[in-house]
Amino acid sequence: MKQPSQHFSALQRLLHWSMAVLIVTMLFVGVGMVSTVSRLHDTLIALHRPLGIALLALVIVRIAARLKRGAPRLPADLPAWQRAGAHASHLALYALMIAMPLIGWSMLSAGGYPIVLYGGVHLPPIAPHDVTLYAWLRAAHTWLALALYATVLLHLGAALFHALIRRDGVLASMARGEARG
Amino acid sequence: MPGRDCAISFRPWNRTQPCVVDASNGPQAIDWIVHAHTRTLYAFAFECIAARALVHWSPAVNRASICVPCRLAAIAAVVGCAGAAFAWTAGWLTPKRLDAPHIIDTFESNYGVHTGYRRNHAKGLCVEGWFESNGNGARVSRAAVFAPGRTPVIGRFAIPGSNPAAPDASTPVRSMALLFQLQDGEQWRTGMNSVPVFVVRTPEQFYSQLVASKPDPATGKPAAAKLDAFFQTNPETLPFRNWVKAHPPSSSFANTAFYSVNAFIATDAAGNQRAVRWQTVPETAYAPETPAQKADPNFLADDFAARFAAGSAASPAVSPLRWHLVLTVAAPGDPTNDATQQWPADREQIDAGTLVLQRAEPQGNGMCRDVNYDPTILPDGLKPSDDPLLAARSAAYAVSFNRRTREEAKLAQTHGDAQP
Repeated sequence: MKQPSQHFSALQRLLHWSMAVLIVTMLFVGVGMVSTVSRLHDTLIALHRPLGIALLALVIVRIAARLKRGAPRLPADLPAWQRAGAHASHLALYALMIAMPLIGWSMLSAGGYPIVLYGGVHLPPIAPHDVTLYAWLRAAHTWLALALYATVLLHLGAALFHALIRRDGVLASMARGEARG
Repeated sequence: MPGRDCAISFRPWNRTQPCVVDASNGPQAIDWIVHAHTRTLYAFAFECIAARALVHWSPAVNRASICVPCRLAAIAAVVGCAGAAFAWTAGWLTPKRLDAPHIIDTFESNYGVHTGYRRNHAKGLCVEGWFESNGNGARVSRAAVFAPGRTPVIGRFAIPGSNPAAPDASTPVRSMALLFQLQDGEQWRTGMNSVPVFVVRTPEQFYSQLVASKPDPATGKPAAAKLDAFFQTNPETLPFRNWVKAHPPSSSFANTAFYSVNAFIATDAAGNQRAVRWQTVPETAYAPETPAQKADPNFLADDFAARFAAGSAASPAVSPLRWHLVLTVAAPGDPTNDATQQWPADREQIDAGTLVLQRAEPQGNGMCRDVNYDPTILPDGLKPSDDPLLAARSAAYAVSFNRRTREEAKLAQTHGDAQP
């Protein structure tokens, strides 16, 4: 691993911000589609599966980028509990980003549903057709989605705290690249 | 210090390059610039205003600023709004909005929770067989199921209602649900009724009817006045009610025709789209329910078992239970968003092949038990129409499936040791 710089790499920032948009979209699509009885339901379901698989692919690239490049150091004067919170919440975000699409995919497999991406394009099942397993995975998908959104909100609040209260450049490390010249 | 803001350039990669505007008369210069209508000066104005905003919000610049509690409140407001938007999307803030859990809750409050069973069409039985396509359906749909050949089918016959012990004679309606397991892994699921039209046109009407049908605790039956009032205010229900009046209930699942009710869009190999409905037409001739049958609460399942037994005894290779899958093709302009209306009788009909059922099993251990017959699960070549009932069926069936599978999982946990 290279010595971490003060800023995330361009690839890391691209992945972060594009996935931020996609994940928030995904969470709203998910919570909306299980509720609405309007025709939006069909559209949202059709969007949810390919978007989930796209996020699975992106998070794999992202984890690779993170392992290769690392992350900028947190400010030295950051209190220990905030440092611990930052590490724990990022670990949770990575775990949930990888878990959610895999649970969604195996949940549909266990429920006996075809995993349709678009038209006739579909994925094979990755779990046996077993409704007991389905019930557990289906509940986990909901609860972990809520946990993910709560962690995203915490992450957002913490980023704004760094930017507006501490003014320590932590948000800038993801918002823009290294200063040139 | 007038004009000091302009010491920071808008260019984020270089925050130290000074603005060209002279610091000593910054604000005046901006005022002047904005009214000067020259392109270069506009650029100045933009850069300086943007720079001013950047300074204002930039964490790296030390300057007297908005109070800390105000900034904390701003953070709380941003996070709070994001949370509220999510809660609204989920329907948590609008308990009166009609959503899928709401519909299933109403079934449960009307008819009780029958643990492990579907919330509607709870009483039924499983069947297995295949669909032998003759290739004719390929004229309107490129779905692989319509190419000549055989597709395995997992089916379910049922009667409407939430009570899995309801007597069969309590309803004139029967239903047939099919899952076609296509070779390439695609699926086609359809839930059909023995009445070609549906009683209501929209999910909202369906919900109103459900509320109006709530059984009176004293009699256990819906209050006739309430239901009549619903029918009076919803004349769309008339075709359904007239059809039921004119067609006495059948004596068997085997001699009943079933209809997709909703319209779908079929796409052929060339990409042409046509609206279609489908029906399964029995080879067995229709006969009405007999008085003797009315005395048997399970006459439909008993009749079915007898037919299978007789069929196997006569000739093991030949199933007595056969239906033709007939596609009805809409003419341009036929409504696809109104399940209460049939299309004119002269519309083109395509006999796409034969559904052959070979085996029946109780739903407790049959293949159909763990299937959600969501009518929007369709192979490439078929897709939902703009019928508003289809999305609502999909959403509500999913809630029913999730609840009953959760109940099954709990049961499996409780009786885990007793499982073979």
